Order: sequence, then structure tokens, then C-alpha cells
Amino acid sequence: MSMDSIAERNDAAPRGRVAIALIGCNHRTAPVELRERVAFTPEQAVRAANELCQMGVIEEAVVVSTCNRSELYGVTSESGESTPSAMVSYFTDFHKLSPAELSGRLYRHAGPEAVRHLFRVASGVDSMLLGEAEILGQVRDAYNRALENGSTGPVLNRLFQGALEVGKRARAETEIGARPMSVALAGVKLAERVFGELKGHSALIVGAGAVAEQVVEHLRLRGIGELRVVNRSLVRAQELARRMGGEASDWANFENQLDQPDIIVTSVSGSEHVLTRAIVERAMAARSGRALFVIDLGVPRNVEPETEGLYNVYLFNIDHLGEIVVQNKKAREAELPRVKSIVEEHVAKFLAWQSSLEAAGLLDAFRARLDAERRSLLAAHFANLEGLSENERARFEKLTEDLINRIVQLPSARLRQARKLRRQLEGLAALRELFGLDDAPNESNGDSDDEAQS
Amino acid sequence: MDFAALGLYVASFVGYTANLYRDRRWIGRVATLLLILALVAHYDALLERSRIIHAIPYDDLYGSMSLFAWLVGVTYLGLETYHRQRAVGSLVVPFIIFWMVVAMSVAPASVLREPRANGALFALHITIGILAYAAFAISFLLSVIYLVQNRVLRHGKPGLAFWRFPALDVLERMSRSSVWVGLVALLIGTSLGFVWEHRLTGRFAIADPKVLVTLIVLAVYAAYLMIVRAPAWRGARAALVCVCNFGIVLFSYTIVNLYFTNFHRFF
Repeated sequence: MSMDSIAERNDAAPRGRVAIALIGCNHRTAPVELRERVAFTPEQAVRAANELCQMGVIEEAVVVSTCNRSELYGVTSESGESTPSAMVSYFTDFHKLSPAELSGRLYRHAGPEAVRHLFRVASGVDSMLLGEAEILGQVRDAYNRALENGSTGPVLNRLFQGALEVGKRARAETEIGARPMSVALAGVKLAERVFGELKGHSALIVGAGAVAEQVVEHLRLRGIGELRVVNRSLVRAQELARRMGGEASDWANFENQLDQPDIIVTSVSGSEHVLTRAIVERAMAARSGRALFVIDLGVPRNVEPETEGLYNVYLFNIDHLGEIVVQNKKAREAELPRVKSIVEEHVAKFLAWQSSLEAAGLLDAFRARLDAERRSLLAAHFANLEGLSENERARFEKLTEDLINRIVQLPSARLRQARKLRRQLEGLAALRELFGLDDAPNESNGDSDDEAQS
Repeated sequence: MDFAALGLYVASFVGYTANLYRDRRWIGRVATLLLILALVAHYDALLERSRIIHAIPYDDLYGSMSLFAWLVGVTYLGLETYHRQRAVGSLVVPFIIFWMVVAMSVAPASVLREPRANGALFALHITIGILAYAAFAISFLLSVIYLVQNRVLRHGKPGLAFWRFPALDVLERMSRSSVWVGLVALLIGTSLGFVWEHRLTGRFAIADPKVLVTLIVLAVYAAYLMIVRAPAWRGARAALVCVCNFGIVLFSYTIVNLYFTNFHRFF
């Protein structure tokens, strides 16, 4: 979708009351078994958004689905008080679940709470791993999909653009995403502290383990050069090497290969040290003392602790890395108040924008109501005053029209300018009710006609 | 103009520190821009002084230190551009500020004294010599940062600055570049000094303590550049050598200048 058309949709903001509704579940409310069942693929997300709009449940829709959450965001008209229930029914039917299976697992938010929830999600404070960076990209992808599909409108466009801004600001202005939070990433980041860019460096993976595979994934993302895998079972090493995109080596030949890699990751089960100080000393001599970074993920440890004292050898075991992760977690938690303040600032900004829409809608309705009354009144009086010329009738029309313009002008200006006033009016619902702006037009017209005729 | 330069250096320091903690490219760019402006203002102050005394202002303690601070800034800016690293700016700029403040505190209140008319070759000899000291000072700072980072990596609790400072390898490369600048500058500066002296007196004052210490400085930094080529010496050992070498530079710049030589005493 072109930027022009997006802008056009943004400009065409609804002039009346709209409400944002959200239903969904996340890692806090649902176990992984359930989250797996309620996840949306990108195609399913597009289909669900389309169906919700076509069925008239909501007017705009975005589906956000990640491994930790599945959420439906929608915009409803003011008459759609039953919308969240309809969204829940759709959600349940879509995933072919019974209501009992989702009982107590789904959360529902509306209005400011829904806005706040999305902004918190985008900033990473609602994530399982506090401040994780991926969620912002996932929210952006979900929004872009919906935008291209045409299921968003002015309200959700504004809401999601606001969320992306919150996410960016939270990461740029606070340290919520500044430090590594997983053992694997902490190990790789520490290696970067020694070597700088890892492109052109080589790594040796000794043994196999889930965390070791994560380390390799991070190394690959950073463009590590040569990657070798050694395992007691050559078949297993070959399998791992194929999956990791490296080369497998024979375990018997393991010690002779230590002169090449800059990074060694060990993850071997067994009680004996795979790398003793003597072995590493020999390896350092063979590599002319070039710096060596060792990540020991084994429990019990695979690398003799005394190795740490060797010159140019950097050794980190699972406890060292764990401690760094805990420190970083605390540092991120300390940033929560600053992120919350950014979230609240943007929630207020969004609600002010939403209020301005409501204010414009209210004034339009008020003017329309006055105009209807004017026409009705004039029609009744003109019928009784047959002697009036066309000119005189036109002057009456003009006079009453000007009167209405004058009546509406002042509140119109005040409502548009005074944000505080809009807040005091609490969504302008009381005013709408006071002036009967939501009533059917003929409810009050009847009285006017009667009065005019009498 | 000195105060304007000082203010800009302080603003640049604030920018570099904010960049270290916020890690936003635009903040870093603003900090660099402020440093450039500070160097321009500082250059203007030096130029103004040069116009009064009709010479490069190295002839008293104030001028010498101010010129040194300016050359540290220029050398650092070159390194920052070459290595694309801004993080250490938050530690280098305070060093410049320190020298500026010290220079300003000893600034002569009365009319400036005109230096002896020694000619352009002599002025070049001194200026390039101070450039060499400035480059060695930066390599010293970078080596200290290296040693601290290395210690934190091995034993400490890494704070935010740890994750934002350049990697050890980058710090070492920056320090090496700085030593190259210093070594080449010192070699050229010393050669120019010999040429100037030979033209004037027809001999070379090899026995002057300043010349001897300068030759030692040349030798130890040349040795540093040799040893960092050997992997077994790279890293903390090389950084330590660089720190120790700067001790000799300081000795040459202060004690030798003030107490051991008449020939090289300018203030």
C-alpha cells in the first residue's frame, strides 16, 4: 500500500465515538501447550482480520501472534458493547477450541487499557524476557500485514504507529534492551568485547547441547568465519555440523585442532575436564599466544578452572555467564519506571487524539440536530405564513442558519483547543446524552412540530 | 576565545558521555561536531596569540600546554574518524579539558613575551614534537582503558560502559595507530631539530639530556610497535608497555625540560 493511501486513510478519521477492544492470551495467562494451539500463522492472521471485519464484529482489525502471545485488536463503534464477547467467540471458533478450554486464559481490555497494553507490549516490558528486541519487529510485521491487507483504519493505524514509536523510544532512551539477557548471547557478546567483529574469526564447538546450539546461532548471525564441530560420536558431530553449517571433525583429532579457533564452546557431558590447563597451554604455544575465548557450558565444567590464569585466555563458564545475565536483568528492571513513563506519555497522547475525534463528531452531531430542528420549525411556520415572499423566506433561512453557526462556533473552538476541557467531559458521553444526539431524529421532531402548529 | 573553546569542549564531553549511555548515532555526531567547533575556537585562540607574539605559542608554559591540548584533540579526532569509534571520546575529551584548565590557570596576566626569533624550521621542530607527545598521551589513555576493560572482563561486574566501549582488539588497534602518529612525528620533529641546530652551529648536540631521552622514547615506542606484532605480547602486556612508555614521555616533557637541559628549556 502506498504512503499516499495510508495518509488518506489516516486523514479519513471517524467523527464520532470509537472504542478499541483487545482480547488475547500470553505467557502469563496460558501455558505453552495452549499458546501453541491459539497461535496464528501470518496467513491465518490476515484471514482472521478479514473475517472479523466482514462479519461486522469490528471495523478495523490487527492480529498480533508471537510464540508468547496471540492477540486480536479491533475498533468498534459505540453501539458495539458486545464486541469483546463476539471477538472471543470468533477466537474460540477459529482455533476449534471449547470455551471451557480458554476459560480464565483470555484477557479483555478496552479503551485506555487496550492502548496501554499494546504500548507495553511494543516496549518489551510485557515480554517473557524483559526488554527483548524481537517483539517490536513482530508488532511491526503484524501491523504491516494488516495494513497491506486493508484491515486497518485510521484508529488502528494511529494506535500501531504510536506503539512502534513507544518501542523505539523505550530502547533508545532507556537501557531496557541494552544488555544481553540469555546465557548464549552473553557469551557471544563477551567474545565481541575481545575480538570486536567476529567476521573472519573461527570457532570450535566441542560436544552438543541446546545452549551451545544457541551460541552457534548467534555466532552465525555475526558472520563467524570457520566453524568446526567435534563430538565423541562422529555421526552426531556430522549431523550437528550439517545443521549448524560447519564441518565435523574426529574426536581423536580434537587436541590438534586447538591452534586454529579463536572461540571454543564446550558442552560435553562427563565428569572429566575436556580441556585441562596443560592442553590449553600447549594449544596457546601452538597458536603463538593468540587470544583464545572459551565458553564452558558443561555441568560439571568441561574446562579446568586453572586455565583462566593463562595469558590471553578468556574463560567463562555457565555460572559466570549466568551472573552476568542476572546483573543485566536487574539493570533492565531498574529501567521499568522510565519505560512506563514513556508508555503513559504516549497513552495520553493517543487518548487526546481520540478525544479530538469525539469532539469533532459531537459538534457535527450537535449541528446536525440543530439544523434538523431549524428546518422542521421553519417548515411548520412557513406553512402557516402563506403571505411570505421567496425573498423573505430566504432571509429567514439565512438568519436562522447564522444563529446556529453562532451557537456552535464558541463550543466548537473551545472543544478543539482545550485538551483539559475534553478530559473533564469524560469522553463527551454526558454531552451526547444531554443533547439527545444519539436518539433517533424523529423522537424530538414530533414535539417541535406540535408546538409550531399550536 | 579560550573560554569559548573550553565551553565547547565541556559540551562535547557531555555529548560523548550521553552517547556512551544512550548509544544514539545523532548524539555521537553532535558530540563530534562540538569537538570540531571546540578545536576551531581553540585554534582561533592560539592564532590570536601567535599574531601578538609573531610565533607559534610554545614559548611559555601556558602556550605549550594549550598547544598540547589542541593537538591531543586533533589527533583524537583523526583516530575517531579512522577507526569509527566515538565511545572513548568521553575519556579523551576530559583529558583535553584538564590541560586547557591547567594552561589557563598559568596564563600570563601581563603582555606576552616574544620568543627568540629562531625561524620556521625551529617552530616546526617544536610543534611536531608536541604533536608526538599528544599522540603518545592518547595511546596511553587507550592503553589504560584497555587494561581496565580487560580486568572487568576477567574479574569484574560489567557495567553499561563496559558493553559500550570498543572491543579490546579495537582499543589495541587505536592505540597502535596513535603510537604510529607519535613515532613518525617524533622522528620528523627530532630530525628537524638536528637540521636546525646544524645550520645554526654546524654540529649536533647529541649529548643534551633532552636529545638522549628523546632517542630513548623513540626506541621504546619502536619496540612497542615490534612487540605488538607478536601474538604472545599482544593484549594486556602490550598495553602495559605502552603505559610505561608514556612514563618516559612525561619524564622527558617535565623533569628533563625543567631540570636537566638548558638547551630545551623554554619556560
